[in-house]
Amino acid sequence: MNALLFNSTLVIYAVATVIYLAYLVKPKQPLGRAGFWLTVAGFVVHLGFTLNRFLEAGHTPITNLHESLSFFSMATVGIFIMFERRYKASILGSFVMPLALLILAISATFSAVIPPLNPALKSKWLAIHTIMAFLGYAAFAISFGVSVMYLIQSHFLKKRRLGPMFQKLPPLDMLDDISYRCLTFGFPLLTFAIISGAIWAETAWGTYWSWDPKETWSLITWFIYAALLHGRLTTGWRGRKAAMLSIFGFVIMLFTFLGVNLLLSGLHSYK
Amino acid sequence: MNIIVVGLSHKTAAVEIREKVAFAPTQMEKPLQAVVALPDITEAVIVSTCNRVEIYATTRDVAGGMARIKRFLADYHNVPLELLEKHLYSYHGEDATRHVFRVASSLDSMVVGEPQILGQIKTSYGYAAEFKSSGIILNRFLHKAFSVAKRVRTETKIASSAVSVAFAAVELAKKIFGELSDKTVLLIGAGEMCELAAKHFINTGVRGVMVTNRTYERAEKLAEEFDAKPVHFEALMETLPKADIILSSTGAPHFIIHEKDMEEVLRRRKHKPMFFIDIAVPRDIDPKVNNVENCYLYTVDDLNGVVATNLEQRKVEAAKAEAIVEQEIGQFFKWLSSLEVTPTIVALRTHFDEIRKAELSKTISGWKDLPPGAEKKLDALTNAIMNKLLHQPTSVLKRIDQGNRNDLYVDALRNLFDLEVAGDSQDNMMELED
Repeated sequence: MNALLFNSTLVIYAVATVIYLAYLVKPKQPLGRAGFWLTVAGFVVHLGFTLNRFLEAGHTPITNLHESLSFFSMATVGIFIMFERRYKASILGSFVMPLALLILAISATFSAVIPPLNPALKSKWLAIHTIMAFLGYAAFAISFGVSVMYLIQSHFLKKRRLGPMFQKLPPLDMLDDISYRCLTFGFPLLTFAIISGAIWAETAWGTYWSWDPKETWSLITWFIYAALLHGRLTTGWRGRKAAMLSIFGFVIMLFTFLGVNLLLSGLHSYK
Repeated sequence: MNIIVVGLSHKTAAVEIREKVAFAPTQMEKPLQAVVALPDITEAVIVSTCNRVEIYATTRDVAGGMARIKRFLADYHNVPLELLEKHLYSYHGEDATRHVFRVASSLDSMVVGEPQILGQIKTSYGYAAEFKSSGIILNRFLHKAFSVAKRVRTETKIASSAVSVAFAAVELAKKIFGELSDKTVLLIGAGEMCELAAKHFINTGVRGVMVTNRTYERAEKLAEEFDAKPVHFEALMETLPKADIILSSTGAPHFIIHEKDMEEVLRRRKHKPMFFIDIAVPRDIDPKVNNVENCYLYTVDDLNGVVATNLEQRKVEAAKAEAIVEQEIGQFFKWLSSLEVTPTIVALRTHFDEIRKAELSKTISGWKDLPPGAEKKLDALTNAIMNKLLHQPTSVLKRIDQGNRNDLYVDALRNLFDLEVAGDSQDNMMELED
């Protein structure tokens, strides 16, 4: 059942991604519609997978890379659906869905077997800490996709290359706005994830902060996004500069998530 | 029955001629009735816009009908026909259909793809319908023209891109800012193109307009015209941070906005993007301004480039539109030719005869002890009944064929007995839009 739901999601996302990429090349509105509703269908199946896994495992299914990558992908798609509805910009999908698909595809390379729960994770904090962290990550992922779009569109405008793709991409201010909204949504989540993590660490390991690589890198990520938001609110960092910083922040965030788990060893290295 | 078109347009006549023969929209009844009163003219629609004056009519006598309408145009407007003649074009049959379909689809417009013409033809048709100068053929003809125009609009991108510098500027601004309703336009200097662009921005709906000029009085005058706020030219640097869209066309021989000023300007507006449109020659704005983050500078040449690309695009789309028009002409003619009397009588007889034969063979095949020779007699009997029944309508049809309004009967017959010619899609043709 689990495998079936997971693989169905993977296939639906893959088809939606292909359609969205086709939409990028040939901007015909029905393609955008098809991509969107397939994505919604995929999301529903994905949600089904996550709930099913929750029931089978008996705890929040974000305990290893297979599960957390899958949840990351699902949250990204969920937030994307929200923004697509709000801004009526199908082309967002052409930039977000490939990312969501890639994340889910990486998830598929890890074992799907439900392992016995690591005793250290047996806590009510598991759900709070992980869900907030990955919702935050997902918001940053959307901000990343939108920032890439911003850089492309701004490049077209500066170089006066006003081709069909330029016509299809949303206005600069809209992209800037979406990216900013994602950050204002993702940053508090990341903050609470770090705080709840510290509290949990205190109860589980007896100390709030132990400079575990995950903690260190989370803090670095947090500082990058804090700087970005601060710059925006005070001196008005926006446009290309903000877009590039958001992309940089996302890369660091990915390292915090994947790099730390796979390359560095520490208390958070769940595989 | 033939459809004829007589008229002139921006392609054949200068405005001095066009204005002489234009019809006032408030007084359409008289000319419409005058045209249908002409010998051999049965229906008429008059289209009169600033770019064209055309009369669509139906007649049995193509050459005579055209001559009479030309004469009417000249006499009605008191213009010598000799003067008018060389500007007039006239079409009949397929060419007339093609012409009207192309006009309605905006393929014959001065700016190909401009959307007004369809509305103008609809209004003209409205008058003809109101004063009952159009009948079954022109009704269907124009509805067909409207649906062709609709197809062209939805299936091609003929009208989807900006083809004037002013409009291109507005479109670009939308690609930077999205909504313009909370944006402010600053007009530096004056000039036709600049004012036109400003008008386009105002029509699109911006929050406000500011105007500045080296002579403050001129700024005030222009500001009044646009319902804008006049600003002192000396205060330009203090004004710039408040402006999102800057239209510049001064006569200054040097740049008035420099790259080095922009850092301060942007800092004061918290780096919100700025869109500069430099229409002046020589230029007002240092091209290096485009290198500044969040500043987008377009010169008149850049905008012309956009327009040229769009016009190229329109040409490609126009070719697709022409193909649609050709396709639809064929369909319309199938219907038009079905209105001829003789084929209708043949079709009617065949239809009746088929029923007769079917019923006859049903009866005979179920009849066991049929006396010899009875089959022949039954055949003769039913045939005679059919002929008697059809005699009257057939002779009426033949008689009215000499007259003018046969199409009404023919069309009714075709509908009553479902005598459609294969391929004639009735629903499609009656499709009304908007």
